[in-house]
Amino acid sequence: MLDVEKEYAKLGLKKDEFEKIKSFLKRKPNYLELSIYSVMWSEHCSYKSSRSLLKNFKTTGTYVLQGPGENAGILDIGDNQAIVFKMESHNHPSAVEPYQGAATGIGGIIRDIFAMGARPICSLNSLRFGKLDTSQHQKYLFEMVVKGIGDYGNCMGIPTIGGEVYFDKTYEGNCLVNAMSVGLAQKDKLIKSKAFGIGNQLVLIGSSTGRDGIHGATFASDELNEESEARRPSVQVGDPFMEKVVLEVCLELLDKKLILGLQDMGAAGITSSSVEMASKGDVGLDIDVAKVPLREPSMVPYEIMISESQERMLALIEPAKFDEIKNICNEWNINCEVIGTVTDNKLYRIFKGDELIGEIPVKTLTDEAPVYYHKHEKPRYLQNMPEKSLHEEDYENIERKFSNNEIFKKIISSPNICSKKWVWEQYDHMVQTNTAVLPGHDSSVIRIKNTKKAVAFSCDGNGRYCYLEPYNGALIAVAETARNLACSGALPIGLTDCLNFGNPEKPGIFWQFKNVIEGIIKACEVFDIPVISGNVSFYNESFGKAIHPTPVIATAGLIKDVEKITDSGFKDDNDEIILLGRDLNNKSDNDNMGGSEFLEIFFDKVEGKCPDIDIEYEKKIQKTCLELIDRRLIKSAHDVSSGGLAVTIAESCIYGKKGAEINAGLLENNFLKTFYSETQSQIVVSCLPENFKKIEEYCNNEKIPLERIGRVGGTILNINSEINIHIGEIINIYDNNIEKIMTI
Amino acid sequence: MPFDKKPYFGILVFPGTNCETDCFHVLNNILKVRCKYIWHKESHDDDINAIIIPGGFSYGDYLRSGAVARFSPIMSFVREFASKGGLVTGICNGFQILLEENLLPGAMLRNNTLKFICRYSYLKVIDAGNPFTSGYEKGKIISMPIRHNEGNYYIDEKGLIDLKENNQIILKYCNSDGITDASSNPNGSIENIAGICNKKRNVFGLMPHPEACCEKILGSDDGRAVFESMINNII
Repeated sequence: MLDVEKEYAKLGLKKDEFEKIKSFLKRKPNYLELSIYSVMWSEHCSYKSSRSLLKNFKTTGTYVLQGPGENAGILDIGDNQAIVFKMESHNHPSAVEPYQGAATGIGGIIRDIFAMGARPICSLNSLRFGKLDTSQHQKYLFEMVVKGIGDYGNCMGIPTIGGEVYFDKTYEGNCLVNAMSVGLAQKDKLIKSKAFGIGNQLVLIGSSTGRDGIHGATFASDELNEESEARRPSVQVGDPFMEKVVLEVCLELLDKKLILGLQDMGAAGITSSSVEMASKGDVGLDIDVAKVPLREPSMVPYEIMISESQERMLALIEPAKFDEIKNICNEWNINCEVIGTVTDNKLYRIFKGDELIGEIPVKTLTDEAPVYYHKHEKPRYLQNMPEKSLHEEDYENIERKFSNNEIFKKIISSPNICSKKWVWEQYDHMVQTNTAVLPGHDSSVIRIKNTKKAVAFSCDGNGRYCYLEPYNGALIAVAETARNLACSGALPIGLTDCLNFGNPEKPGIFWQFKNVIEGIIKACEVFDIPVISGNVSFYNESFGKAIHPTPVIATAGLIKDVEKITDSGFKDDNDEIILLGRDLNNKSDNDNMGGSEFLEIFFDKVEGKCPDIDIEYEKKIQKTCLELIDRRLIKSAHDVSSGGLAVTIAESCIYGKKGAEINAGLLENNFLKTFYSETQSQIVVSCLPENFKKIEEYCNNEKIPLERIGRVGGTILNINSEINIHIGEIINIYDNNIEKIMTI
Repeated sequence: MPFDKKPYFGILVFPGTNCETDCFHVLNNILKVRCKYIWHKESHDDDINAIIIPGGFSYGDYLRSGAVARFSPIMSFVREFASKGGLVTGICNGFQILLEENLLPGAMLRNNTLKFICRYSYLKVIDAGNPFTSGYEKGKIISMPIRHNEGNYYIDEKGLIDLKENNQIILKYCNSDGITDASSNPNGSIENIAGICNKKRNVFGLMPHPEACCEKILGSDDGRAVFESMINNII
């Protein structure tokens, strides 16, 4: 018999947490009970370090049907339709076993979506790795994560339509894999996960339970170190075919109104899924481990209870419906077993056949779990941060060393800037035939069949900005997703987030976290975008070094008329190119170069201040862009972000396969600052020449500065006669550079 | 088999099939013809007069693509239906199933890139004298999405000569100028072959996804003519 007094620490519990368990139970827990507490109280399941701050998010609004707290959030998009979405991290599993780690991350988030009664219609992801040119290992991680995501989503028949990938040395020992899935549901067919009705039963549908993923939730709540490799068995193994079958079965059961509640089994397996259902319904549950179909008959109860075997769902049913449910599962050749019963005693009781082997009050696992408000303090690295990242002589040095063509080519060939085609061509991004804007543009757009509507998604998060100024970095992350949506003609209506940080027990990290949360709260308030779901991933550290704070924001937008979907590519020769939002007379102290790609490429540093953002002004710019699209005055729109104005213009050329002749005013007579600073709140649009006056008039009324900066046409991109490159050469560099790096 | 004059398509569904609703949408909502799903455990269907085997990952394709699906009960019906001259089109995984079933000659290997490929590809209509591409002009260059792991078509030398002699090669990968060479070959397929038919010209397999490009909003409607050709040629 294992001595629990010696075991609790190994399971990730602290001494005072162990004492708390004893006082809840009024006795020592047995090993099974201890395991259950350890997974339920893990950071991953309990959000014990973040809960106190997350509760301040704005979670309600015009479109919100379901905010955080369920498997996923839900927004009303009219016509009795709703979209359901959430983003989640699978960082640690992917760091030690990238293929399965990423694959099961996708599988998990997809289950969250259909657990709400929605059919998954698309997925997105946000990935971070170390720099590709530093080691083969980073290429290996990148390659296998992309393959894992692709193989899972492709087999499921769910298009992976967009996302983002960044490479920075901060992620070398701890890559980030954040996956988002979106579902479409009939509003009246939505379902929740609450357990209710004394005597109702819990049915396990899907895969058999094996020894994979034991203590995965605990693993996710720890830092990575040399022992992490040994945690590989904690990573689950995915079977997308099984999940596709489980998906079809669950949707059929829902359609036939045979189930009352549905919950996916993710971290902490049967334990967390059933405990959450019981807790939400404020009921008790009896679970019988002897009823669980096993891959290995020798599994002991605690293993069965916390195994994270994939592709399993837990459904709440009336006993009378079981036979019909069983028949449907048989038709698809999958398991379907009653493993639990709803009781009125508010106890979570585990049986093995007739033998009672564990008994815990439900609420002590959830609502009464520990909550921490850690100490926070401005980290030391920020105390000596220089205000300015670059000085005049730095610019002069670069200009002496490189021609403007060379500088431009270095920027657009950076893996952080260039096309991620190598990635998305491995994802089926067209299945279900709704992808109206293919990957690569500001946002990914999915039309809704049999309506005039479309939904758009954009995700973004800049770790460098958040490292320099977490609050402003978070404002920018939210602002940028909304701006991307505006460029596609979509009104932002809700967001999900994945908050990736280091160890929250370190005051500097918790300070970053607190500031990022405050930034998100502020931005959501100004933009009127509610947070409807999300995930926090702490302990993203390797060998004691934390990643840059990386909140990834994914925002959904609604397009009322598919005819008005706009993308970033220039359309026709002779169209006018206009820069919205930049005021050359408005001198700022901030050079907007801190955390920029330019600074990284030419100076290999992350320094200075993060770009300025005036969030109210930003909102006005976005409104203007949306209005111009709605009035059909502009043909393309693309915002300025990583890489700066030159990259924005180049991308519009690349996506339109058009050249352009640009002649823009210079900021402080500095070409590099003008074209490579990452100044916020700027959008490059193109229009028919005869529409310029109307656009100007609108912008003047709204007090939005605008500037004609050039014309579309020809086969050359010419920027202020300083950059002069054939568009074919630009496309070649931009499209193929990642593939080139990956094949070295 | 009594053929109805009106088109009535059967769309086969195996566990793991994932393009059945896309095909249904095109036939039913866009081309306004009758169609229905046929579950793989069915043994026959007397109503339909054309069959689509849609794309996906039947049984997960953990063995060779299509290798398990061919043992489903419905496949003996497909064999019988084809032997009587009924029109059968297999798209992507459906093509792979038809190869495994020997309703079409040759075999499918893994892409020579060793990666899943999803992108638009140019195709040249090599033959228009068949019920599947009669709606295109011979030699026309069209563009359709390809989305597969195993689209590297292979056939032995003798088989290839046969295909050519009987004009069974229907579609080839090419570039925007219609050149079919190694640089316009996405997956290593022999002679850039993207789609073939049987000798009797009533069974058609293709790797590209015509159902994914039947509406301008998706970027192309070049795929429509495949379905329109079938509709116009149903006996």
